[in-house]
Amino acid sequence: MVSSDLGLSERFEISGGDFSKAGTISTKIKEILQEIGIESSIIRRAAIASYEAEMNVVMYANSGSVILNITPEKLHLQLEDNGPGIEDIEKAMQEGFSTATDKMREMGFGAGMGLPNIKRNADRFEISSTPGEGTSLDIVFCLNKT
Amino acid sequence: MTLKDIKEFLDAEVICGEKYLDIEIKFAGGSDMMSDVLAFGQPGLLLLTGLSNSQSVRTADIIEAKAIIYVRGKKPDDIGIALAKEKDIPLLSTQHMMYTACGILYNKGLPGVSKN
Repeated sequence: MVSSDLGLSERFEISGGDFSKAGTISTKIKEILQEIGIESSIIRRAAIASYEAEMNVVMYANSGSVILNITPEKLHLQLEDNGPGIEDIEKAMQEGFSTATDKMREMGFGAGMGLPNIKRNADRFEISSTPGEGTSLDIVFCLNKT
Repeated sequence: MTLKDIKEFLDAEVICGEKYLDIEIKFAGGSDMMSDVLAFGQPGLLLLTGLSNSQSVRTADIIEAKAIIYVRGKKPDDIGIALAKEKDIPLLSTQHMMYTACGILYNKGLPGVSKN
């Protein structure tokens, strides 16, 4: 973890397909946010977004990573994976649209709510994806809203 | 109502977190889909679910749910129980099915999550 007065930055690796560990990174991120005293409503939104995004990597990719960046102004989650990518992002953003397998549904996910949930909780959300290469997400939460 | 009241209404067994039975529960929600729970869940929720893997406990921790009731006699796996102990989330299990368990609690005056 790199930490200074100006902010904090930490990178975590996500193992694809490892359902037993799925969510551990989001739990860790939540703990870090609690330790540094981020407002609880923001922690909650960030934890939900992070967990959904982490589950997507576990479910669809071989591996991925998330970088947590915190500055006095914002909390930034950057996710990248080497999964199959998303053919039609607009469709994937619709609630209920899902390409999940039975195994994913057994884990309680794959209802087509993941990306919409992330967007709903974030102050800024950007997604880019290349089929066959992977997907990246930029999720931002403002820390000094008035 | 307290978690202890809920335990009695549902004839539930405590899996872990016996010491938290006095906590007050103000509302509940039931789903097997964790993305739904992440979408509707609010801090303080009592979660009723039939999903018995560790993701149910992790989801409860993320949304700051107060406790989990597993329906239809289900019980979480060891990873889930260990996580619940670490995060101080009491886990209970009832033989009732989801619809019946929710109906009993609603009938006793425990409301659902408000829509907004």
